[in-house]
Amino acid sequence: MIKHWWKVLCALLLSYTVVAGFLGEVPALPILNESIRNLYFHVTMWFSMMILFIISLVYSIRNLGNPTFENDTIALESAKIGMLFGVLGLLTGMVWAKFTWGAWWVNDVKLNGAAATMLVYSAYFLLRGSLEDPEKKGRISGVYSVFAFVMMLVFIMVLPRMADSLHPGDGGNPGFNSYDLDKNLRKVFYPAIIGWSLLGVWLMNIGYRMKKLQANKYQK
Amino acid sequence: MNRLWKLIALEFSLEFRQKNALAGTFIYVLATVFVSYLAFRRIVDVPTWNALFWIIMLFAAVNAVARSFMQEGSGVRLHYYFLASPLGVVFSRILYNSMLLLSIGLISLGAFHVFLGGNIQDMPGFLLGLLLGSLGLASILTMTSAIASRAGNSPTLMAILSFPVLIPFLMVLIRYSKNAIDGIAWTVNGSYALVMAALTGLVYALTYILFPYLWRD
Repeated sequence: MIKHWWKVLCALLLSYTVVAGFLGEVPALPILNESIRNLYFHVTMWFSMMILFIISLVYSIRNLGNPTFENDTIALESAKIGMLFGVLGLLTGMVWAKFTWGAWWVNDVKLNGAAATMLVYSAYFLLRGSLEDPEKKGRISGVYSVFAFVMMLVFIMVLPRMADSLHPGDGGNPGFNSYDLDKNLRKVFYPAIIGWSLLGVWLMNIGYRMKKLQANKYQK
Repeated sequence: MNRLWKLIALEFSLEFRQKNALAGTFIYVLATVFVSYLAFRRIVDVPTWNALFWIIMLFAAVNAVARSFMQEGSGVRLHYYFLASPLGVVFSRILYNSMLLLSIGLISLGAFHVFLGGNIQDMPGFLLGLLLGSLGLASILTMTSAIASRAGNSPTLMAILSFPVLIPFLMVLIRYSKNAIDGIAWTVNGSYALVMAALTGLVYALTYILFPYLWRD
């Protein structure tokens, strides 16, 4: 039971996020109105996605130095769950964009960066699919994932600073911190980040254990 | 260093042995520009000219570089394996591909001027962009073509692997070359050139670290 404390924490934090997220106090702002509650569900998806992709990167690098079933499978499963969070982040973002900016998709560096990241990981899964030998599969796709991830990091971290964005904190738009990420929002936002990230790690963990059971079954 | 030059010379002699493939790449560019001419006649609008130029360049580059690791059989690979270090092989290919893309770019630029017209205000700036673009595209594409060649060599895979990775570089490149066509001052446009050089340096560093893992079998 001691081993599973973080799963209990995850469930508690997410229940708190949903209840306090929909019922709690939020600042009344023009245009955003009640849609500001999406902060707990949209922004947190990107945090969880980045954490999972970083786990995938770390295990890909470890797999290059020391190719084992564990390193390779964790790299794959965290990329899968990261992709899931990325798709959810895009969907929640599209709904939010429709209600505040007036269109499902706008030409914005951050949106393009997110779309390109999804494309990179789709290519990663496709590359894995076209290789047969498990050892080679881990090594070649590991090289691609390290290569692509570093380029994506440049895309997400550096290029948005060279162009304007509609997102808060860019292009003369005030950031959330400056006026509206107030005490009430923070009280739900930070626990929500931890909760969703723990859920991602949990899902990845289940995927890894399933793969391990399957591998053991075929070995017998 | 001496070995690197020998490998580059080897690349050239291998390429000139198959003149068909090389000529095919150049004719591909000319034919595409000619088709665009039939469709567009003259392009006056700068963003359209610029976008079309780099899209044609991108597809020609993917086709040209995709061949670099695809044509060798396992015998040739074994031969390289004993004669040269993996880093020598990959960096000679990157340099060779850069020169190839630069010549494709120059031919395409000439064809654009003949058929579609062109009014580039800052020609030295544009040519510098062509050089930086060739170096960057060649380095990224050489790496992805090495990955694709390990996974069964399908041309579709090569495009799928390389396009998302190319997006950040292409965005900067297209912005830079549009500014050069518009004749925007170097003080503004220079930062884009620096970003391109930095991205290319980053790809070189990644190739240096990662390529040995692709090489051993």
